[in-house]
Amino acid sequence: MRYAMAVDTRKCVGCSDCVVACQTENKVPIGFCRDWVVEVMDGTYPQLEMEIRSERCNHCENAPCVRCCPTGASHFVEGGIVMVEHSQCIGCGACIASCPYDARYPHPDGYVDKCTFCEHRIKNGLTPACTAVCPTKCLYFGDLDDPNSDVSVVLKKRKYKTLIPEAGTSPQLYFLI
Amino acid sequence: MVSRRDFIRISALGAGAIAVGAGAFKVVKALSSPEEVKKLVVDLRRTPTYCEVCFWKCAGWVYKTSEGKIWKIIGNDDDQHCNGRFCPRGTGGVGMYYDEDRLKTPLIRVEERGKQVFREATWDEALDLIAGKMKKLSADYGPETMALFTHGSGSTYFTTLLKAFGTANIAEPSYAQCRGPRDEAFMATFGEEAYSPEITDIRDTKCLVLIGSHIGENMHNGQVQEMSDAIDKGATIITVDPRFSTAAGKSKFWLPIKPSTDIALLLAWIHEIIYNEYYDRKYVEKYCMGFDQLKAYVSEFTPEWAYAITTIKPDLIRKTAKEMADASPAVIVHPGRHVTWYGDDTQRIRAVAILNALLGSWGRRGGFYRPSKFALPASAIPAFKAPAKSWQDLFPGKYPLASSPVSNALIDASVPENNPAYPIKGWFVNGTNLIFTIPNQANTLKAIQNLELLVVVDTMPMEITGWADVVLPECTYLERYDTLRAAPHRKPAIALRMPATEPLYDTKSDYTIARDLSKKLNLADYFPFEKQEEMLDAQLKKAGSSLEEMQRIGVKTFEREADDLYFSDNEDVEFSTDSGKIELFSAYFEGAGFDPIPKYTPHEEPTEGYYRLIYGRAPMHTFSRTANNPNLTDLMDENTVWINPMVAKEWGLKPDQYIWLKNQNDIISDFPIKVRVTERIRWDSVYMVHGFGHAEKKLKRCFGRGVSDTQLITNVLVDPIMGGTGMRSNFVTFVTEKTEEEAAL
Ligand code: SF4
Ligand code: SF4
Ligand code: SF4
Repeated sequence: MRYAMAVDTRKCVGCSDCVVACQTENKVPIGFCRDWVVEVMDGTYPQLEMEIRSERCNHCENAPCVRCCPTGASHFVEGGIVMVEHSQCIGCGACIASCPYDARYPHPDGYVDKCTFCEHRIKNGLTPACTAVCPTKCLYFGDLDDPNSDVSVVLKKRKYKTLIPEAGTSPQLYFLI
Repeated sequence: MVSRRDFIRISALGAGAIAVGAGAFKVVKALSSPEEVKKLVVDLRRTPTYCEVCFWKCAGWVYKTSEGKIWKIIGNDDDQHCNGRFCPRGTGGVGMYYDEDRLKTPLIRVEERGKQVFREATWDEALDLIAGKMKKLSADYGPETMALFTHGSGSTYFTTLLKAFGTANIAEPSYAQCRGPRDEAFMATFGEEAYSPEITDIRDTKCLVLIGSHIGENMHNGQVQEMSDAIDKGATIITVDPRFSTAAGKSKFWLPIKPSTDIALLLAWIHEIIYNEYYDRKYVEKYCMGFDQLKAYVSEFTPEWAYAITTIKPDLIRKTAKEMADASPAVIVHPGRHVTWYGDDTQRIRAVAILNALLGSWGRRGGFYRPSKFALPASAIPAFKAPAKSWQDLFPGKYPLASSPVSNALIDASVPENNPAYPIKGWFVNGTNLIFTIPNQANTLKAIQNLELLVVVDTMPMEITGWADVVLPECTYLERYDTLRAAPHRKPAIALRMPATEPLYDTKSDYTIARDLSKKLNLADYFPFEKQEEMLDAQLKKAGSSLEEMQRIGVKTFEREADDLYFSDNEDVEFSTDSGKIELFSAYFEGAGFDPIPKYTPHEEPTEGYYRLIYGRAPMHTFSRTANNPNLTDLMDENTVWINPMVAKEWGLKPDQYIWLKNQNDIISDFPIKVRVTERIRWDSVYMVHGFGHAEKKLKRCFGRGVSDTQLITNVLVDPIMGGTGMRSNFVTFVTEKTEEEAAL
């Protein structure tokens, strides 16, 4: 099993519903977030192009955050999801510094937190909160090992890219272009 | 081509910024216990609601934590308005409930040691005071002296109350400050309005034309979802906007029009479609009248003619006209929603309606569908007495074709110098922050000074509450029942809102407030049910459901009576216009002294050093009402002023610098606003999101953040047809430092 997410940049409108839905679902304290939206503009008026995308932890196959964690709090679980065991996290912040995507934040309760692909939901057959709420249905989630999963199907059909592939982390967040 | 690059995290709340300085990261508190983490585990107790954060009224479920605290709101899968997905504002609706700045108890204005202050009051005291004053006003001036300004679900009850009291001066600013011109234009053309939610069949369209409509930034949920479906299916989007909107970024064609010239573009498109015989001949012959007059009228309006006015290249006008024709009848020239721009707005939307008629899109798949609405059985209340004087009597002859009361006319009538036929002395204001809603704030404040009673019902201490004699705190939609939602859609449906929890603080539902006040005004017959749930149950039983069933399912959708979502082939359709046809030429308008076919008139342009002020929406906020919502301010807590890089360079403005804006009448913004230097805006305009720049200190989170566009809108172009307030003819310049004099203003 290999969980992954695809983000359709042609449909994402940058509304940040994914952000607020994640915050309420996961009780992320106000002032922090596990996912966020990026807008990239190219060109000069009126020859313009814009890409909008929703970003989060890439659940990297080769995750520097897991490697550098001194206590083992950052770890992999089934399906390649990178998790932080709050009770083992000493809040040293090494993982925050190691992540090329700025995907982690220091939770005010003293541990480091980040996207879990809503592991508590997918265990119950639901999709992650961001995916479930997105009004434009531009987020696709599923198991790459299952050729019929939403994410496998859309990745077969469309061109895509990953972010900072040169970091060698083997990210599992795909951006449809 | 890549010469500039802006990189902006729209909602980078901390994670990015803090990560950079990871060395400074400190352990703040002890680790949370596994028990605390467990609280995230779902407790499936849920109650149905429909959202009140905007007018789309999506139905959903309120979930609570195992301790019974409101946790999250999720869309109802069976709801046509949202298809199980709320927009960010609806998802963040929890913040309305948790906002600690909410109004908590009734307040009465009193004089204490020469200073006016609010004192806390009981409901009984507050309502007694209101009822006493209303009776006195009625005795002194007649009941028509009371006006109601209202928005949202509370409208129903306060409208009943005020009608029973004897006044028809009941205005929703959503008419004259927003969608009124559109509705009048569509009524005049098709005999029907564009409805809310709009009856645009976007999911099946092949071509969507947006004229200033920024779908995706306005999060009118169903239509954002359907635009995305249309993108998936390969539909063409054509966006006309001086700003590179989000929708423009998804469009095959973006027409960066010179602001205020849209009618010229529309006339050129009509010209192209007629003279290239692109129009749907069969449809036009069968359903429309006035084609020959229209054809003769537009003969000169070539793309070349329009180019000189709009700055849109003739070739692009031709190509886009062809694109629409190729998609016809599955094409939508979107009627828009907030259309009060230049004072000739009804005529602009008439041109939109005419274009749709030529393309045969009205009543066709991928164009406009025929809505169906569930007919709710009404509860038996006495008939309203016809008021002795109507709102039209205030200013005879003005706005002859307005089909709803014009809020700005009621405000004008509250200023004695304007010589209204009779005085307006009392206002009841519910769910609308008039200070931010109505342009020309000085005029509104003048009207307020002349009132003998101002009652405000709201959840938040909005600016308007500061002027009230009595403030009544309503509970949020999450804490109350309301009338059933029965909006027009593809299928008739009803949705229930019920309280997820008891009202916080000493707040009450609008129904309770209106009912209690009705007793004190001897009008209790109009509220025959002591509890709203009894009324709902009785109503639902008549409709073949019950309160119990609706509490379980939230939304009930019915089948249409007939299979008539679209016109069938050759169907004989009787349109509700004077002629029974779609009116390309409007004798109705002509008879009232207006152009029967829309005419392009040039509008004022910015002078040297000034830029046209354009405003719009952000997806995470609704008007000014969400500006203090903790969840939504977390996504966006101030607006910025978008300035083209060339202009910024000329003025030496740097990104993120704070500046003040000054308009053509020397009004300087109360607060400074952050500069956003971006290629996304034309050089002759600036742009900002509406709803920021709150001056009420009690709104702690949003006080002084950003600039209020309304404050800078002092030049108002009123639509003579229906009274809409055109607000896009204001020009601002930049002030980098306030002089002492200016600061004192
Ligand atoms: S909810 Fe969807 S459309 Fe909105 S920003 Fe997130 S990914 Fe984009
Ligand atoms: S994105 Fe960052 S936090 Fe997530 S797995 Fe990769 S390195 Fe770790
Ligand atoms: S569109 Fe958003 S704010 Fe409006 S009713 Fe729906 S969920 Fe609520």
